[in-house]
Amino acid sequence: MARNRPEASPVPATPCIDDHVQPTKSNEMIHVPGNRVSPTEPLALRVRKGLTAATLLGAASGAWAVSDLPGGPAVRQLDLHPAVTRIASAQQDLHHMMMYICIVIFVAVFGVMFYSIFAHRKSKGAKAADFHESTTVEIVWTIVPFLIVIGMALPATKVVVAQKDTTNADLTIKATGMQWKWGYEYIKGDGEGIQFVSTLDASQRALSDAGTPQGDNYLLKVDNALVVPVDKKIRIITTANDVIHSFMVPAFGIKQDAIPGFVRDTWFRAEKIGDYYGQCVELCGKEHAYMPIHVKVLSAEDYAKWVDDKHKQMQALADDPNKVWTQDELIARGEKVYTANCAACHQPNGKGGGAIKALDGSAKVLSDDAKVQIDVLLNGQNNTMPPWKQILSDTEIAAVITYTKNHWSNKTGQTVQPAEVLAARK
Amino acid sequence: MSSAVSKGHAPYYYVPGPSRHPAMAAVGLFFVILGAGQWVNGVSWAPFAFAFGLVWWLVVLKQWFSQAIGESEGGMYGERIDLSFRWSMAWFIFSEVMFFASFFGALYWARLHVLPSLGSLDNALLWPDFKAIWPTELAGATGSPAGTVEPFRTMDPWPLPTINTLLLLTSGVTLTVAHHALLQNLRGKCITFMWITVLLGVAFLGLQAFEYYEAYHHLNLKLSSGIYGSTFFMLTGFHGMHVFVGMLMLLFITLRLQKGHFTADNHFGFEGAAWYWHFVDVVWLGLYVVVYWT
Amino acid sequence: MSAVLDHGGHGHDHDDHHGHPHGWRRWVYATNHKDIGTLYLLFSLTMLMIGGVLALGIRAELFQPGLQLLNPELFNQLTTMHGIIMVFGAIMPAFVGVANWMLPLQIGASDMAFARMNNFSFWLMIPAALMLVGSFFMPGGAPAAGWTLYAPLTLQMGPSMDAGIFAMHILGASSIMGSINIIVTILNMRAPGMTLMKMPMFAWTWLITAYLLIAVMPVLAGAITMTLTDRHFGTSFFNPAGGGDPVMYQHIFWFFGHPEVYIMILPAFGIVSQIVPAFARKKLFGYASMVYATASIAILSFIVWAHHMFATGMPVTGQLFFMYATMLISVPTGVKVFNWIATMWKGSMTFESPMLWAVGFIFVFTMGGFTGLILSVAPIDIQLQDTYYVVAHFHYVLVAGSLFALFAAFYYWAPKWTGVMVPEWKGKLHFWWSLIAFNVTFFPMHFLGLAGMPRRYADYPMQFADFNALASVGAFFFGFAQVYFILVVLIPAMRGKGEPAPAKPWDGAEGLEWEVPSPAPFHTFETPPKLDATATRVIG
Ligand code: HEA
Ligand code: HEA
Ligand code: CUA
Ligand SMILES: [Cu+2]
Repeated sequence: MARNRPEASPVPATPCIDDHVQPTKSNEMIHVPGNRVSPTEPLALRVRKGLTAATLLGAASGAWAVSDLPGGPAVRQLDLHPAVTRIASAQQDLHHMMMYICIVIFVAVFGVMFYSIFAHRKSKGAKAADFHESTTVEIVWTIVPFLIVIGMALPATKVVVAQKDTTNADLTIKATGMQWKWGYEYIKGDGEGIQFVSTLDASQRALSDAGTPQGDNYLLKVDNALVVPVDKKIRIITTANDVIHSFMVPAFGIKQDAIPGFVRDTWFRAEKIGDYYGQCVELCGKEHAYMPIHVKVLSAEDYAKWVDDKHKQMQALADDPNKVWTQDELIARGEKVYTANCAACHQPNGKGGGAIKALDGSAKVLSDDAKVQIDVLLNGQNNTMPPWKQILSDTEIAAVITYTKNHWSNKTGQTVQPAEVLAARK
Repeated sequence: MSSAVSKGHAPYYYVPGPSRHPAMAAVGLFFVILGAGQWVNGVSWAPFAFAFGLVWWLVVLKQWFSQAIGESEGGMYGERIDLSFRWSMAWFIFSEVMFFASFFGALYWARLHVLPSLGSLDNALLWPDFKAIWPTELAGATGSPAGTVEPFRTMDPWPLPTINTLLLLTSGVTLTVAHHALLQNLRGKCITFMWITVLLGVAFLGLQAFEYYEAYHHLNLKLSSGIYGSTFFMLTGFHGMHVFVGMLMLLFITLRLQKGHFTADNHFGFEGAAWYWHFVDVVWLGLYVVVYWT
Repeated sequence: MSAVLDHGGHGHDHDDHHGHPHGWRRWVYATNHKDIGTLYLLFSLTMLMIGGVLALGIRAELFQPGLQLLNPELFNQLTTMHGIIMVFGAIMPAFVGVANWMLPLQIGASDMAFARMNNFSFWLMIPAALMLVGSFFMPGGAPAAGWTLYAPLTLQMGPSMDAGIFAMHILGASSIMGSINIIVTILNMRAPGMTLMKMPMFAWTWLITAYLLIAVMPVLAGAITMTLTDRHFGTSFFNPAGGGDPVMYQHIFWFFGHPEVYIMILPAFGIVSQIVPAFARKKLFGYASMVYATASIAILSFIVWAHHMFATGMPVTGQLFFMYATMLISVPTGVKVFNWIATMWKGSMTFESPMLWAVGFIFVFTMGGFTGLILSVAPIDIQLQDTYYVVAHFHYVLVAGSLFALFAAFYYWAPKWTGVMVPEWKGKLHFWWSLIAFNVTFFPMHFLGLAGMPRRYADYPMQFADFNALASVGAFFFGFAQVYFILVVLIPAMRGKGEPAPAKPWDGAEGLEWEVPSPAPFHTFETPPKLDATATRVIG
């Protein structure tokens, strides 16, 4: 079967940690290397094969196999992602420290309890003692945990301070969470001015709907990855357009909520070239599971080249808002814009649903005054429709409006030119 | 045992028998929330469901309270129940304090944290022209970075809110006078001062209505006037609702006094209402200082 | 002088002890704390079933990657309503039910302080539950913004959001009235001789819980009222364009929300503190420090709320403060755990079902406590917040904590409630089955969280498939254990099948509830009992 891909792309057997980062022993112990290389048939599948009820549980999907995704999750991964930044490795050390201390306390405390359970049971002839108080031991077991907690808090404090220090960044990138994609804007440093939107690859959403997941980067594949140079301090500024989202890349040890109307920041310095994956981790509506983050860490040269290419590409693509388009051109362009940005809510058939208004037959779309619809697109409406003025260009807005005005049962014949949108922005 | 239930001999603890009031009251509230939830979404039958539920609920409450008053006047409520009532009223008022605390907290947070951070250097990325000035501090400031809020003026503490403060403070005094009168068995005086208190409450509400009218029509200060309007109207509005309820309590107590209820040493109903009134009073002082003055 | 119970309403014969109404009126018009307690317990069981079925819906969808059964929108509705229904419909009312049944019995009171208001508290839950469950059938479906109802996502919800908000208002009113009732009952109706420091632990923990409730339920009411006015009346509390702040919602919500989680665990601590001494046949170790520890947990719970918000981007000082304060809570909680174990130490233990559940509680709850402590370390939480690690944490403390304690309470007090003994094998089977299934379900979620699987996801990368499948299998296994409980344990006991229970079925148990016959008669302690010096026995 095509989906069964035992020859899946080779995967490094060692965690992606370079010499800046001390690999923790436990890390290696937990990540059994065997796990990381061989593609495995997931348990669900095996269980399902064994179940007579298999047909009930979505018999549509066939066999699949999956291997570890370097920079993303590993199959049956037991611990945090291999650290690629100093902060992530400090977090991991903290986690291991906490876990070991807790396990020791747990074993000690429950060792005593189980000893008591075995030794002091009535069936063994135990007679109940009658003590029920001891100020000394009570003070001891208040003070000792208190000291343990202080012992835990001290190393944690250092990491808190370090991870909050976003000063002196080499490159500042603004990440804007939107329903349901990420907008990236390079605002300071090499690559300044680069700006693009990163969306889940369309094929992935379809696979999900069909219940036929496949690929090691299932749900993590995006159209445009965020690209950053290696060994540079990158400051990520988050904000959002509609609701709260959250920007997470486990391998970097970062997670920062993106809050509409406010900017917040976090930082990382990736110490290894490669691809790293994360996802949106704040419930942001129905497509919450479908707005992944893919960060490509490049060498300094590759990064410089990418910046160069990107600038050229952007220039080539930039539309002159004063260009006059034919209706067909606009409709063709508009269809693309619609599929990429609008269809998630308004549906491909333009019918919307729930709080989402239908476009097909909508009075605002059919209105003779194009400004009505332009205004909705630029500024949003009712908390549900986000404002698009920062995300789409004049041409794109004009195109998508023209498209909706002339698609489905809407046959207005109207054409909206980019210049009208530009005028409405004022 | 039944002999214990004679007038003047309260039982150790009176436990009422089965009663249909609680379940019936819940039915009323079902329609209230059903109606309210749909009404805000513009469903046409909803206001009727809401009104029906509200009336139903009020009728049940009336029956319920009548029964309780009957039991009280029938001498069923001894000292211990009296103490129960005191505890319950005190903790109920505490829960009300916490409700107001959430709105005072919102005001505090909005003014001392949100406003400066919206105007901070970092946020200049999003709101480049925003100056973090609270509307009371500068005429024309809206506290809204997007410029989506129409300009408005804030309510001056003088004269309306100050007059209202005086009204409420006076009502606290007249209420205390009434209480002392009751303690000395001067029922006539007590009733007179209760009426004065109730009327002061009504006057307060009247002035507040006028104040809202002024705000909407002359200051352009509305519920939708950004965070300032939100906190202003929600705080003063919820306070006004509490004044209304407290005023009703005092009114019913006064009517009961006229019917001859309460004695010098047994009048928890009176005191409970009085506590509530003082609580409303104190909340107002808080509002006066943090909403109007500063 | 004795308590007077007006059995038949006005004008009825007060001497007739069995004059209370029968049939549906007995329940609908109830003023008897035991009947109301039963109503609460049955209500919460119903909600547990509904919430449980929603959870199984979630687990069925997550059994394998790809969407099979639900669309993402419906999935979010299930998650949201599962959380809300379990928290407000199942766990909280269940504890109120136990309180209703047991508090008057434990402190020697004739009933709750305000019997009619008690019934009102109960009946208010019904409209609220109808609204919540009914919201699935409203246009746009049920609220889907998570049980925490974060703004501004709530502003995008359909009309069911408003129904939900009003339902929560009503639930809050019910909780506040219920708490006032409990506080007043405990403060004012203890039998003479039962000083506060002689009260059973369950009464203590509920007293403190009730204070938490009246302090924080109104704050939740405030938060959702702001949501309501933002949605419909043009206010800008959570709208930055108007000078508001979405994160302000989170502060207000968690000021309620964190104490709320202790509201769901303190009564459980109380139950366990009753059961462990009974089956160790030894007095509770460190009674006074238990009381102080409970109070410290409650007080600390007001200053830790922002540990749910480490990823919102607080200043360093904020993170440190909330991290330290949160970590401190493990100290008083530890005191409780150590006291329970010291109670067992050198006891003369037997392991009937209540004790099994109680020991299971201590063991598994502590695991949840430790993961909580790990989450409270801000840098670690940056990795784990909003992942399945958090889901694992709170199910360890809520299911293996609150729910297990409720089962313990059931097995401990069922003889008093039903008048029959539950056969031991039934309870033991239920325990082991649940314990194993519980861990199969929720233990793998720690791994998922560490590996970075976000919560509230309808679909996930394939690498997470195995542990999800395991958890789903476990969840159904756990669900069937509860079906077994209902069919094999509960219903026969409620029908009175089984060996009749003596007044005091557990030889090590102490307390006034064991001084009255089983099942407890309709009216108990109509005259305040005379107590001996320990306040655990009635004399004369
Ligand atoms: C019954 C409910 C309950 C209880 C009791 C607790 C108890 C604790 N919780 Fe939990 N928690 C929840 C319910 C609960 N929690 C819920 C529902 C959420 C998620 C909400 C949501 O987002 O939807 C949550 C989330 C949550 C978070 C946020 C996670 C995130 O979203 O990123 C944090 C972070 O600090 C936390 C911490 C703690 C701590 C430190 C305790 C402590 O009280 C635990 C103390 C206990 C022990 C530590 C064990 C016993 C102690 C000893 C044996 C002594 C010796 C030990 C030492 C000295 C180490 N909890
Ligand atoms: C308060 C208590 C409580 C309880 C008891 C439970 C019980 C369970 N919970 Fe959960 N849960 C929460 C509180 C609780 N939960 C909260 C607050 C959230 C967060 C919501 C949010 O993110 O907003 C959550 C979220 C949550 C998630 C994460 C969802 C997501 O992020 O998308 C999952 C996933 O597995 C889950 C599973 C379960 C399971 C399998 C049970 C099981 O223990 C349930 C077992 C019970 C039954 C199964 C019912 C009894 C039996 C019957 C009714 C008979 C019919 C049964 C069968 C046919 C088998 N819960
Ligand atoms: Cu964006 Cu979740
Ligand atoms: Cu918490």
